[in-house]
Amino acid sequence: MTAVTLRAPARERPGIRPGVWAASITLALIVLAAVAPGLLTHGAPHESDALMALQPPGDGHPFGTDAIGRDVFTRIVYGARQSLLAGVGATVLAVSAGTLLGLLAALGGRVADEIIMRLTDVTLSLPTLLLALLVLTITGPGTLNSIYAIALYTMPSYTRLVRVQTMVIRRSGYVEAATSLGLTRAWIVLRHILPNAFAPLLVLATIEVGTALVAASSLSFLGLGARPPAPEWGAMLAGGRDYFSVAWWVAVFPGVAVTLTVLSITVVGRALQRRLEGRG
Amino acid sequence: MTKAAPRARRTRRRLRAVLVRLATSLLVIWGAATVSFAALQLTPGSVADALVGTSIVSPQVKAQIIADYGLDRPVLTQYLSYLGMVVRGDLGHSYQLNESVGTAIWAQLGASLQLTAAGMGLALVLATVLALLTAKRSRWIRGVSSGAELVGTSVPIFWVGILLLTVFSFQLGWFPAAGGDGLGGLILPAISMALPVTALLAQVMREGLERALDEPFVLTARARGMSDAAVRLRHALRHALLPVITLAGWLFGLLLGAMVVIEQVFSRQGLGTLMLGAVTGKDLPVVMGVVLLTASVYVVINTLLDLLYLVIDPRLREAT
Repeated sequence: MTAVTLRAPARERPGIRPGVWAASITLALIVLAAVAPGLLTHGAPHESDALMALQPPGDGHPFGTDAIGRDVFTRIVYGARQSLLAGVGATVLAVSAGTLLGLLAALGGRVADEIIMRLTDVTLSLPTLLLALLVLTITGPGTLNSIYAIALYTMPSYTRLVRVQTMVIRRSGYVEAATSLGLTRAWIVLRHILPNAFAPLLVLATIEVGTALVAASSLSFLGLGARPPAPEWGAMLAGGRDYFSVAWWVAVFPGVAVTLTVLSITVVGRALQRRLEGRG
Repeated sequence: MTKAAPRARRTRRRLRAVLVRLATSLLVIWGAATVSFAALQLTPGSVADALVGTSIVSPQVKAQIIADYGLDRPVLTQYLSYLGMVVRGDLGHSYQLNESVGTAIWAQLGASLQLTAAGMGLALVLATVLALLTAKRSRWIRGVSSGAELVGTSVPIFWVGILLLTVFSFQLGWFPAAGGDGLGGLILPAISMALPVTALLAQVMREGLERALDEPFVLTARARGMSDAAVRLRHALRHALLPVITLAGWLFGLLLGAMVVIEQVFSRQGLGTLMLGAVTGKDLPVVMGVVLLTASVYVVINTLLDLLYLVIDPRLREAT
């Protein structure tokens, strides 16, 4: 991106919208919570105080306390790491595997293409969460396993995207030029095809991080992902179930955290998409 | 191009399209069955151990189980007999429930259908109304509604359920907090299911409506003195429905996922509860049965949708 960018002088580039600003700041805070939770809260996520059980939001406990007196705010701050890791982890896995399969389908000949694309079709025609449940039946529950399961069913869309992109790029003038210069196939794929296929992939992946994050917290809520003592947002909601009738704050705040995270990821992702498509 | 083609050739082409569609569908179901079978084989520990579960049994009993389920046969034979079973509609026997998977699924199907139908119906109505009211309106109306839709698509569905439960069941006491067979018990689950779907559909439909409202035929209708409401309802809505149909197959998957979660939040009976119990109990035949069933339903839905296109858009009848 260090090359000189030619820009039509008349074309106006509108500034970043206020919503995108707000989303970026929220996202930055959540990332900060994931990287250095100690900066945002002084408490520890597992520190409990039986005398302070189910205290409503107020002094010292901005989001109240849960059934065994743990500070809900602290647990939410510490939960950011787990949730972001699950969302990003599943997406990175899916993108890597999907890219590999997509390249293989596009460049590996007809047989490889047929096999990979039919497998992709089959995966895409199974309901996503049910596919994850099928995987978790085999592997057993757990944070890592739920990440694998989510990666498995999000992978096909990346495979498709990379395959199509590669097929288009392969016929472009610069790839032809590179081929006639006698460059090796691997070099062409690495230096010319992948970078050009990557921009739309990155945009899709950004938006999908939010979806993967919700999926991970849903699985945790169902008791198949992160286990209750862990400060994971979905698991917190599952663990607080019995107290919702008396303590609304246990039910409300972890969900706010998930929603805000996904919302800001989506807004930032869409802004990226508009940039990419040249719509502002 | 198609106009010039002789009638026989057109029919042949359409027949071919249907055949390709059917072949792909069969491939999908076969794929799902194969994945399921592979899943069974890949399960850590032997299948017999899974059948026995945590109970301690004598070697004789275990040998009996192996013989009963044909687990001593070569993998290929097992695979072929499994495929044969699937073809006959036999989904096998549940490890946990001591009944056939078909019976177990059949018993839970009604409750789940009720929930998904109520959720989907509600979402369709709400999304249509929202789209009709907000398409091509002033800037701030569209801003507010698209903001609301963005929130609607980002909110995790289980949290919506929990919030509704907290407010309307625990605080206000309007609806039963758990179970609830009647209409009263269906309202909150249906709303939670409908919310994200509504948000998504409203986005798509409004976009479709706005595109349709720019078309010349809308101008013609308005020039004839037709009221705005009539233009939207009689002329533009049909166009806005087309992209919705494209999404429907995907929506079906979304609804099924939501079903599993919502049945847990509201402690309802249904396929989701059955499946979740099977996942935690490592009861693979039940999990596979539900997955196979949904894959088949998905295929049927997609085929029906292809036909529905022709009903909604007469232009396609000529084109195919």
